[in-house]
Amino acid sequence: MKYVDEYRDPKLAKGVAAAIAAEVDSGRIYRFMEFCGGHTHAISRYGVEDMLPNNVAMIHGPGCPVCVLPVGRIDDAIRLASDPRVTLCTYADLMRVPASRGANLLKARAGGADIRMVYSTLDALRIAEAEPEREVVFLAIGFETTTPPTALAIKQAKAKALRNFSVFCNHVLTPVAMRAILAGESDEATALDGIVGPAHVSTVIGARPYEFVANEYGKPVVISGFEPLDVMQSILMLVRQINEGRCAVENQYLRAVTHDGNARAQREMDEVFELRESFEWRGLGVVPHSALRLADAFAEFDAEKRFGVHTVAAADNPACECGAILRGAKKPTDCRLFGSLCTPETPMGSCMVSSEGSCAAHYAYGRFRDRSRARMERAAS
Amino acid sequence: MSLVMKPVRRKLDVRNGRVDLSHGSGGRAMAQLIADIFHDAFGNDWLRRNDDQASLDAQDGCLVMTTDGYVVSPLFFPGGDIGSLSVHGTINDIAMAGATPKYLSASFIIEEGFALADLKRIAQSMGDASRAADVPIVAGDTKIVERGKADGVFISTAGVGVLPHGLSLSSDKARPGDAVLISGSMGDHGVAIMSRRENLEFGVEIMSDSAALHGLTAAMVGAAGDALRVMRDPTRGGLAAALNEIAHQSNVGFMIDEELIPVKPQVAAACEFLGLDPLYVANEGKLMAICAPEAADVLLDAMRAHPLGREATLIGHVVEDERNFVEMTTRFGGGRIVDWLSGEQLPRIC
Ligand code: SF4
Repeated sequence: MKYVDEYRDPKLAKGVAAAIAAEVDSGRIYRFMEFCGGHTHAISRYGVEDMLPNNVAMIHGPGCPVCVLPVGRIDDAIRLASDPRVTLCTYADLMRVPASRGANLLKARAGGADIRMVYSTLDALRIAEAEPEREVVFLAIGFETTTPPTALAIKQAKAKALRNFSVFCNHVLTPVAMRAILAGESDEATALDGIVGPAHVSTVIGARPYEFVANEYGKPVVISGFEPLDVMQSILMLVRQINEGRCAVENQYLRAVTHDGNARAQREMDEVFELRESFEWRGLGVVPHSALRLADAFAEFDAEKRFGVHTVAAADNPACECGAILRGAKKPTDCRLFGSLCTPETPMGSCMVSSEGSCAAHYAYGRFRDRSRARMERAAS
Repeated sequence: MSLVMKPVRRKLDVRNGRVDLSHGSGGRAMAQLIADIFHDAFGNDWLRRNDDQASLDAQDGCLVMTTDGYVVSPLFFPGGDIGSLSVHGTINDIAMAGATPKYLSASFIIEEGFALADLKRIAQSMGDASRAADVPIVAGDTKIVERGKADGVFISTAGVGVLPHGLSLSSDKARPGDAVLISGSMGDHGVAIMSRRENLEFGVEIMSDSAALHGLTAAMVGAAGDALRVMRDPTRGGLAAALNEIAHQSNVGFMIDEELIPVKPQVAAACEFLGLDPLYVANEGKLMAICAPEAADVLLDAMRAHPLGREATLIGHVVEDERNFVEMTTRFGGGRIVDWLSGEQLPRIC
């Protein structure tokens, strides 16, 4: 536990908190986006916001794979699973994501579909080997962290000449999403001042792909580990860059991230996948070149080809603000449904499902602040 | 010489035998199973009378009754098994009312093909637990179901206890200012089960804390009397669920301090690995108590004087809060709420 404890040490945290408080310019506001759901979760679970000065605001980003998967793709997954030949393998988190017409995978399973919860692509591969009479489809989601394992499983399936294994690929790309958010900023007042960059994703892709954020948009990025102390240190590094008038890609997560990333994992991805022309994201809409599909050489393992999937875009619940929240334009409490009609037990949007989702994290850990903040705002006005 | 042959009574082949459907058919095989496994293990006069019910002396005070089903998987785990768990769990449910547990009943649903040796081992462990607790199992039932219709064995136990007139503990009695105490480290049972299921090793073997708590609760009632408001054993859903339930039932909130909640290092390490929070993990030999603030010290002394409460500690207070939040200062120094667990897929742990 020693390895973990030192990144949660309250004494060290107090020291960093004091440094942030001492160095922020009280005349301005710092708006930082933590891109990853992993950071959102750590910030909420450890109460990091309580240790930041009032003029440092953390805005939750779209880096939650469950949250950004659009309704249409969940509809596809349900359609796939209702084919009697198919065994659909998925992460447990996806089971409760709302699809069209109040459906979700959990209900599809209760209705007789063969849907199994797995921890990894390899679990799905194992099921395919053990049950050759079943058409095993793995519902692949995630950013560059989970893509290499999917690539590996597909290569293994090919090497073993497995005829009953395929992947319904929904892997998406981090830097493209980051660009979409920055390009979409229109309002000076709500524009971001810096980005807390992904931890695990960056171990794969390295620090280099974020350079456009500094070069083209003039905003600092600090790649941060997932422990609460990592996040606080990264916030301090962002504050320092801004105060010094610099913008660069800096790396707080030196213990795991290099400038160029993991070359082998990148090769595996390049070999097995190719860029889609465009892909729909919940919140960001249709983003060109933002997602992957299986390359032609592996087409036989592409569930979309094997089962003729034609995604029909479907609308979110119109009252759900997940889209604006994923773009960083709104907070969970800006949604009328938050905490009343929409709770973790009865999620109306994807952000309330995964523990990395902004709404779920705020509901589970942060709600107690709402009243006091409302009171403060009232007192101030 | 009589011409009627008395059939030879074959002993049950406990070592290699398996439960089959005849053991549930109401015939001789069933009688033998009950006698050789259950009566042998539980050994008391009520059972030996072989009636369909047990007659118990009427008791002075309030009768307290509870029932609970046990479906834990795996059946055997470090620190206990489904048998001892089914005795401890039901005793504890009665003890949390401040009552003295008196009698138990046990009902078994056994899957065809279940090894008699395992059944014997489970029954023995139940008998041992009930004797150690001095709470006899006075009635029982056995059903055999076809292969695939159960998972080895399910046990359901019911219990009866007696509460002295005048004493009344209940989840709606917490008041702002009251102290919140726990009897020891959190998360041991659930993590013992899960690390066995996942075949995880964390240096030291993690043992379930499964234990009968009525000795400890008797000492607490003796020390604090009326000042004791609520007792709870934080089983499924862990401390978090217990606190949230009481917050709702008493219409209050809690303010607790993560730093004060003991968690064994190996349990913390396992939770980290499995992505769990020890506050949500089940305990089977720990309790949480809420008492008037002025009684906290006396109560803590009484708890610490008992072997099952040696690590007892204060973890926070009841506060006024119409939203019924359980707020916690994290070990890291920030604040958060401790919400109910929602939707996580946890294995059967009790
Ligand atoms: S609270 Fe629910 S409905 Fe509202 S934005 Fe969040 S997930 Fe969507």
